[in-house]
Amino acid sequence: MSNMVQAIRMALHVAEERHGVTDVFGEDVGAPLGGAFTATQGLKTAWNSPLDERGVVGASIGLALAGCRNVAEIQFCDYAFNTIDLLKQAGMQHWASNGDWNCPMTIMTPVGSGIRGSIYHSHSFDATATHIPGFKIMMPSNPRDAYGMLLSCIVDPNPCFFLVPKALMRVRAEKGQEIPGEPGDDRALSKMIDAPLGDRTSWKPQWPDTPDEFVPFGEARVVREGKDVTVVSYGRTLPLCAKAADDLAGEGVSAEVIDLRCLYPYDWPRVSESVKKTGRVLFVNEDTEITNFGEHLMRRATDDLFYQLLAPPKLLAGAFLPGIGLADALEMASVPQLPQITESIRSLARMEP
Amino acid sequence: MSNLRRVPDAAEEGLSPELLVKIHGLMMKSRVLEERLIQMYKQGDGYFWIGGPGEEAFNVPLGLLIQKGKGPQYDYCHFHYRNSGTLLAMGAEAIDAMRQMRNTATDPYSGGRNFVGHYSKREWNVAPVSSPIEVQYSIAPGTAMAQKRAGGTGITIVTGGDAGTAEGDFATCLVWASRPVNPLPMLIIVTNNKWGISTDYAAQHGEKRISDRGRAFGIESKTIDGNDPEVSYREIEAAMNYVRTERKPFLLEALLSRLNGHSSASGANRVNDEADCLVGFEKRLEERGLLTRQQMDEMRASYTAELLAAHKIVKEEPMPTAESIYEHVFSERDLVREDAAK
Repeated sequence: MSNMVQAIRMALHVAEERHGVTDVFGEDVGAPLGGAFTATQGLKTAWNSPLDERGVVGASIGLALAGCRNVAEIQFCDYAFNTIDLLKQAGMQHWASNGDWNCPMTIMTPVGSGIRGSIYHSHSFDATATHIPGFKIMMPSNPRDAYGMLLSCIVDPNPCFFLVPKALMRVRAEKGQEIPGEPGDDRALSKMIDAPLGDRTSWKPQWPDTPDEFVPFGEARVVREGKDVTVVSYGRTLPLCAKAADDLAGEGVSAEVIDLRCLYPYDWPRVSESVKKTGRVLFVNEDTEITNFGEHLMRRATDDLFYQLLAPPKLLAGAFLPGIGLADALEMASVPQLPQITESIRSLARMEP
Repeated sequence: MSNLRRVPDAAEEGLSPELLVKIHGLMMKSRVLEERLIQMYKQGDGYFWIGGPGEEAFNVPLGLLIQKGKGPQYDYCHFHYRNSGTLLAMGAEAIDAMRQMRNTATDPYSGGRNFVGHYSKREWNVAPVSSPIEVQYSIAPGTAMAQKRAGGTGITIVTGGDAGTAEGDFATCLVWASRPVNPLPMLIIVTNNKWGISTDYAAQHGEKRISDRGRAFGIESKTIDGNDPEVSYREIEAAMNYVRTERKPFLLEALLSRLNGHSSASGANRVNDEADCLVGFEKRLEERGLLTRQQMDEMRASYTAELLAAHKIVKEEPMPTAESIYEHVFSERDLVREDAAK
């Protein structure tokens, strides 16, 4: 059963074999390392770039303009902040040229906390990404979604962000959520597609035969059904929200948990339908809380659903801090964890007009 | 330099009289167009002017030498906003620049969304021009990589000004163009007019020549007199031949003038202390008996009348509608892949 990073690798393999991907590139993306998180091991189109993020994003745009489908990795999203105006360029090629050009590229980057990455390996990128119009944005919470989302990003004729929660990179799929064709045994898969330690010069991966699978843009998924409160999340905090809902069921609190999956375009009909049913909504993510994407969703909820609400829409997000501190207590206190999520759902579920 | 392959000097023989007359006609038309665009700004037919008066002697030959077309077999162009002469020489209609100046719905480059001089023409591989002075230097290596892989003689041409070379993207361009694992077929151009808006180059740049920076990367590099159209034509041609055949980068710095300041933000008025490439070239053509003063005066009057008439047409054309703002945020079709597949 694959973990998220293996699912990404298999999707990239399918994309270069069947969907015309010509370049998977970035810092340490090619051999011998195959990516800081091993997501690009064994790929025939993977190559190492100079350690120059502006060059990576610029080359991605140029390749796209020349009709080359490509996946450009920024090793940590923390290092994408010096590329913002190039990302804006990517997002505007079609619009600024009044439809003359399009720009089919995927920016893949690990995001968020969870690996004790200290100040410059823990930033989130969802608030920033959703401030760059012209991009479609996918963010998986499980390996199978990662597989299907990345393939959707790659075949789309527009620039896409594929934001990978690094806390979930090594989390395995739940039973029944395997990618069709992958071996059920973890060790068997590892033997096939994980590069060995040491000398890799003669290593070749044995790719399992996995199918084309595309997660549609703008399609959220209800991962827990409930009637008292709606919880909307994505990425690292999504499994925590699901766990909180499971725990609270014993207390008689019925929480409906929605994995938003695609941040833009986002599935407002699905969210809205749920909030109309429950009358209560909590948005959870770990980016800094001021000018947070969840604040936009709260505004939509207030504007569109005000008279159906039984309680104010709530946001649980990261503390508004310059960074996430390294020490355990610092990281844990900076971004939402299970206890805060559980308490936020519990208290919201009890609120009455 | 000793371990580098020597680039042959540009052909010593002169350009044909027909070509010189053609270059002159395009330089003059380009100048008259810029003058008309400035007039449009001053008359309220546009919010902002920026352009390339003073760069015609370089920009026109560049446009004439570009292999224009769609897809990796043709040249990709990543221009900056002073390339109007290049577009005209490639065959663009002057009236289209005026449409963009007035931001009409008929503006073929941006539909009224962008400033004048911000071209986009996928038909000729002209990537959208953007106001930042450097981003094109980071984007250009991508199209060059596609061309290197595709084979053929198509090259990537990127232009920018001297001030833009202070940005990190220029260093990005030099690094990515000259990676030992994959040197790229790129003609990297810097038009050095010695100004960055109101800041003079000499006060901010310690390097003697911008082209010296290319040498550190093993990139063939040269500084030329961009105010001389004959020198420009021959040097651009020689540099292009090198890039087309060797599939390696060339850095070409052209020293030239800026005749109307940075943009309308600084008044767009004519300066008198910089060499005018058109005046110098016309004197030479007259001396060689290729054109008379009277012929050139008549040509100028004819272009002036033609572009005044075009201005009147553009004044009557429709503006974009408010409802159109959401058009083309996302593309339904993969236009660039359709081009590349052809």
